[in-house]
Amino acid sequence: MIALLLRDLKLAFRAGGGFGLGLAFFLIVTVLVPFSVGPQSSLLSTIAPGVLWLGALLACLLSLDRLLALDWEDGSLDLLATAPLPLEAVVTIKALAHWLTTGLPLVLAAPFLGVLLNLPVPGFSWLVISLLIGTPAMSVIGTFGAALTVGLKRGGLLLSLLVLPLYVPTLIFGAEVARRGATGMETQTPLLMLAGITAATIALLPFASAAVLRINLR
Amino acid sequence: MSIAAKANALWEYANPRKFLATSERVMPFFWITSIACIVVGLTWGFFFTPDDYKQGSTVKIIYLHVPAALMAINCWLMMLATSLVWLVRRHHVSALAARAAAPIGIVMTLIALATGAIWGQPMWGTWWAWDPRLTSFLILFLFYLGYVALWEAIEDPDTAADLTSVLCLVGSVFAILSRYAVNFWNQGLHQGASVMRAAAITGADTEEKVSNIYFYPLLLCIIGFVLLFIALVLYRTGTEIRARRIKALLARERVNG
Repeated sequence: MIALLLRDLKLAFRAGGGFGLGLAFFLIVTVLVPFSVGPQSSLLSTIAPGVLWLGALLACLLSLDRLLALDWEDGSLDLLATAPLPLEAVVTIKALAHWLTTGLPLVLAAPFLGVLLNLPVPGFSWLVISLLIGTPAMSVIGTFGAALTVGLKRGGLLLSLLVLPLYVPTLIFGAEVARRGATGMETQTPLLMLAGITAATIALLPFASAAVLRINLR
Repeated sequence: MSIAAKANALWEYANPRKFLATSERVMPFFWITSIACIVVGLTWGFFFTPDDYKQGSTVKIIYLHVPAALMAINCWLMMLATSLVWLVRRHHVSALAARAAAPIGIVMTLIALATGAIWGQPMWGTWWAWDPRLTSFLILFLFYLGYVALWEAIEDPDTAADLTSVLCLVGSVFAILSRYAVNFWNQGLHQGASVMRAAAITGADTEEKVSNIYFYPLLLCIIGFVLLFIALVLYRTGTEIRARRIKALLARERVNG
């Protein structure tokens, strides 16, 4: 399992530049927001938590079609399926690798982009906490979407159509935590809901992803 | 007949030929009664019920809005059930019925959203509000789109049936989750359940109940929509079965010729 994780991490860092792409996308989206809504700092600080959450979500989405497609093309996915490791573990590791290479950098970059959008001071810690809890769910759900569309020629667009509705609960609770944190309201309820969704998706969704992957590999 | 025998009798319709024969026999009944119910219900509703004291004649949109919204949700439930049957027992008719139902669900969702907007404009002063019910319906619409798109994208019919079935199961869980998330996220304009509610029907709670004057034609419209939905699903499933047969025949011809 660790060997697989290390392999995925090495591939992400060394080959293809997939690693920095999500971060760059996040940066660009954040920079473009003031151009589209105007530079008033009061407006920007109101929408900052939501914009940062949406930016992180889209950046996460961007790297999903690469998650399993490369292994599918060169046949290593077939090898992984016949390996002694259960496929459920494989997809979990894949999701973990995706989170480490995409989710975690986004979490770390978010506070710096928060400065650009004039995020209120108490909002920073809540933004980081909510993203830290929410991004694993996005990786796991994204892995399910990637497993669904892995066999398709032009799966990328379909992948976003399938995955985005599944992101709705995570986005609602995550952005709610960040927004309430930024305005100094209590954040416990949405935070617990967000953590619950993340825990449940990590626990259950790999089974669905593995089942779907088996169908696709048949 | 014992229950087990009855259950066995139900599974006989997994045979496409039996399904086609029976559905062709019962379809005229569904078409005629559904159209009759809808025509009578709408005529009764539009012309023979008084205007609401607050809403005026706009209240009559209810006769399209409520049945369409009910069917939009029930259609997804039906797809969930048939997907489960496909995954467990691998009856092709079941998978094809799910496929046939999805576009009907899309249309029902669109009717509910459109009539809701037309109703909302004079009553709430806005075509659209990010109310929990409205928002969850929009999300349901997105789920339908993704489901249909996945069916269209995959060439192999069995793989497509498998993948869409799993998507339907996972999507159902997330749709329910979204419903509660959206409830938490915003308070709504839309009134609560006021048609099929036990306390309202028994008269224990009259606050938000739809008055009986409107209820009976509405009930007729709902029955009509249910029957119409069944007729459409049977019809479209038959089409899907025949389309698959044609494909098989063509493939056989290509191999032989």
